[in-house]
Amino acid sequence: MILERKDILGVKELSKDEILLILDTADSFIEISTREIKKVPTLRGKTVINLFYEASTRTRTSFEIAGKRLSADTINISASTSSVVKGETLLDTARNLEAMNPDVIVIRHSAAGAPHMLAGMVRQSIINAGDGAHEHPTQALLDMMTIRAKKGRIENLNVAIVGDIAHSRVARSNIYGLKKMGARVTVAGPATMIPRDIEQMGVAVCSCLDEAIKEVDVIMMLRIQIERQHQTIFPSLREYAQRFCLNKKNISLAKKDVLVMHPGPINRGVEISPDIADGPYSVILDQVTNGVAVRMALLYLLTGGKA
Amino acid sequence: MNWIIKGARIVDPSQHIDDRTDILIEDGKIVKLERNLSAARKKGLDSMDLAGLVVTPGLVDMHTHLREPGFEYKETIQTGSEAACAGGFTSIACMANTNPVNDNRSVTEYILRKTAATNLVNVYPIAAITLQSQGKSLAEFWDLKEAGAIALSDDGKPVMDSAVMRRAMEYAHSLGLPIISHCEDACLSSGGAMNEGFAATEMGLPGIPGIAEDIMVARDLLLAEYTRSSIHIAHVSTAGSVRLIRDAKGRGIKVTAETAPHYFTLTDDDLRTYDVNAKVYPPLRGKNDVEAIKEGLRDGTIDAIASDHAPHAITDKEVEFEYAASGMIGLETSLGLSLRLVAAGILTLNQLIEKMSTNPAGILRIPGGSLRPGAPADLTIIDLERSWTVSREAIRSRSKNTPFLGWDLTGKAVMTMKGGVITFDELRN
Repeated sequence: MILERKDILGVKELSKDEILLILDTADSFIEISTREIKKVPTLRGKTVINLFYEASTRTRTSFEIAGKRLSADTINISASTSSVVKGETLLDTARNLEAMNPDVIVIRHSAAGAPHMLAGMVRQSIINAGDGAHEHPTQALLDMMTIRAKKGRIENLNVAIVGDIAHSRVARSNIYGLKKMGARVTVAGPATMIPRDIEQMGVAVCSCLDEAIKEVDVIMMLRIQIERQHQTIFPSLREYAQRFCLNKKNISLAKKDVLVMHPGPINRGVEISPDIADGPYSVILDQVTNGVAVRMALLYLLTGGKA
Repeated sequence: MNWIIKGARIVDPSQHIDDRTDILIEDGKIVKLERNLSAARKKGLDSMDLAGLVVTPGLVDMHTHLREPGFEYKETIQTGSEAACAGGFTSIACMANTNPVNDNRSVTEYILRKTAATNLVNVYPIAAITLQSQGKSLAEFWDLKEAGAIALSDDGKPVMDSAVMRRAMEYAHSLGLPIISHCEDACLSSGGAMNEGFAATEMGLPGIPGIAEDIMVARDLLLAEYTRSSIHIAHVSTAGSVRLIRDAKGRGIKVTAETAPHYFTLTDDDLRTYDVNAKVYPPLRGKNDVEAIKEGLRDGTIDAIASDHAPHAITDKEVEFEYAASGMIGLETSLGLSLRLVAAGILTLNQLIEKMSTNPAGILRIPGGSLRPGAPADLTIIDLERSWTVSREAIRSRSKNTPFLGWDLTGKAVMTMKGGVITFDELRN
């Protein structure tokens, strides 16, 4: 099977079969990263540009390692926060990069829709590495890969996503993906962090942590952005932690074999207590490991690879 | 120019006429409407047979942005006037958010001087309510009126301070100057890029809730009632505003309101492709808002349709959605889009012309909007059957920012006449 699309802009556009194809391909790539010589020649001669308009350690490194393990030439560009500030427009930057004939452009941008604009303008494959509060498809794919590896399935699992849903691209991409794969999703957080009409995405909404995680198979905790305190979205980190921090006590409400996930970076003691983050339920570092495999799979499939 | 216009269907809401009758025009004025006017061949009297076409009072667009002075790369009074004529307009009012802002006599006079040189369409300057449209101190209303300003608006920005708005309404009312209010609670709308709702949630864009508009409409209605003055609400986009205005009219508050074609034609779902040309202020709303706007037009709550013609160059638009300028051009698509309301049975042609000519002229207290004897011979000749496609090449406006490119529309102005002079002619050319 091949992936018949030029770009990966969001999980919303992916079919269940496409998701399965990507996850299966990623599973088969996991082993490469465990070898003594962690490199295969699959993408030799291909060029991957990581165009990051927003700070990122995990995702950018993950894409870079993914490209290098497949022998692609990877180039990282860290641009200033927005094209407006920078002076050169995103499209001009893209046209210049296009003129250098890369094969894939990975873009992260603080503005929702920026990868979509790019995809319409250049002939290269675009991978969305996170656009504003819109989508972060590779994160959702690595999350689904992790769940499937640990649980053997995604279908019929109960998943709670907790935190600032309104500003979270991770939440949106996971909702699309998990729903397509047959899971039940509950989102939870203070009412100010729940975006309007989100129920129409087919999720249950809850404003209480205990209720949201009752009997669930998977808990995804989202990072609380400390800056948002000033936007009257919540009173204080102290109060947030009191109401929404996942800890030893409340986790007992979930199923015995619950998985605790977090896209990182974590705020220890805010949304997740250290003993949970480092404890037996946590698969946070498995997510990071699987992230490399998922990104290898996408680079491979987008450059014409067959699963 | 002297004309006898024969054979056309005359639609003049100001006189409740919808009839096949002839029109005699002399010295730039309507002389009489009469069946079978004898074309007694006077010298310099041309006869025009317009059988199969509709003649209406020249269309009046009470809400445009001509961008001059200051933003001539987006539009000028010349290019905006050409677009207006092609759209069937004989009079347009232009908003004050130029650079410098039209908050003083010299800018108003500049606009009128440029208009006189262009002389394609009557351009009526709307002056700012507050200096620099900053919402703090009042502009010199009396002096601006003396210079030729016909109304006041800080359009593009709300007057957030209720005390300033109160004083503005009192002062303007005593001068007979209408205030056109851009209703937006800037705290509620802050940072927003599109309507708050399911589409924005899925697209991950910061939302502008409908209540940001409703709350300010409610405030302005209360102020109008309290000060015993009047208010005109610009670009109504929400079901809440329609309801508030309807109730206020029922209680005898002197309020008039306009909407723009995109608010009864598109919804926030049309932004799903991150189409920057559909980014507009106030934002495209939800389906129930669109239905409420249509109902408001039908039952007379909304008095006027105005284009809110807002030209932006490609450099203002071809950036990330959140950074893109808000606004779309509308002078050349306004009539075609609004005629869809007639086709859908929501408005009669008479009612549509009332909202696009008679009412806006009345609200602004400017000439036009009528084919009464003695009125200026401002006419729009419409071919209701003409099918056409909105194309970039055909747009006369300097900017091409419209989400309607490629749309097939039925009905078009084929000739426009201002003061007896033909300013646009697609009929005989």
